[in-house]
Amino acid sequence: MDPSPLAGGAVGAVVLVGSTVYGLWRRRRDGAFRSAGGAELPARSANDDASDDGSALLRALGVEAGIPATLLQFSSAFCAPCRATRRLCGEVSALLDGVRHVEVDAESHLEAVRALEIWCTPTVLVVDAAGRIAGRATGQPTKAQLIAAVAPLLAAPTEEPEVAR
Amino acid sequence: MTPSRSLLDPRGPRFAAAVTAAVLVAVLLTGSGWLALAQAAVFAVASVHPRLNPYALLYRAVIAPRLAPPAELEPVEPVRFAQLAGLAFTLVAAAGYLTGAALLGLVAAALALAAAFLNAAFGLCLGCEAYLVFRRVTGRPMAARVAR
Repeated sequence: MDPSPLAGGAVGAVVLVGSTVYGLWRRRRDGAFRSAGGAELPARSANDDASDDGSALLRALGVEAGIPATLLQFSSAFCAPCRATRRLCGEVSALLDGVRHVEVDAESHLEAVRALEIWCTPTVLVVDAAGRIAGRATGQPTKAQLIAAVAPLLAAPTEEPEVAR
Repeated sequence: MTPSRSLLDPRGPRFAAAVTAAVLVAVLLTGSGWLALAQAAVFAVASVHPRLNPYALLYRAVIAPRLAPPAELEPVEPVRFAQLAGLAFTLVAAAGYLTGAALLGLVAAALALAAAFLNAAFGLCLGCEAYLVFRRVTGRPMAARVAR
């Protein structure tokens, strides 16, 4: 290819437009909680979770059974938004009874990272009292998003989160 | 204000990324390997410590005094890692343009521009995100730790 200003300018323009579209998509997606993980990590009832591989995996990461909502945050050394996410999760767990924040270094737990399909940091999983993953968000969530994600678990101490709605 | 050596005003690296993006647009327009090499030198200095980046020096001397103190500080390590990634891409771009492999130079400069622009405009760090993916795939243990 000829290194003409025209080709360089065209490539530059395409890159800037493409990056803007990607950046806007990421801005919309980051921090939004989606329900996920339930299918990959089949959890049974609360009594049965000792024998459940998924729950055992989460307990090995420091999640305690019986806590209504655990914010399980995956961080890494080269992650700028992890610090802010840690502060927000800490604030929410201090603000709301029944919420606990657990932060793990993704690199030190690569097996769990693969099993839980963690691809980027920060990723925050919301784990319920039975050790089920009720939601996940990649990227830095807002405080409002965190509170909204744990609220159904706090409002419904029984098995059915739908009761709260 | 004298922030600690392990924390940065995040607006400094974003300003530096904006200047970098402008330089990379100039590299694409001119096809100048020497300009790409100059940007690589800036990345090399910044990868020692982001506060040494000439663009960051400009930010602190001229812009920061006119702004309110930062609401949030960010750790140095992700920024350093991003500078190393930028260094790698701009070195490839410089090598491509200077040896006549203009297509290689164009592709490397375009990728560097995407990363710099996303950092400047959206605060995203592509290199940082690629890091965990890289570690997942390679899986070797390493002494890196979560920055406190």
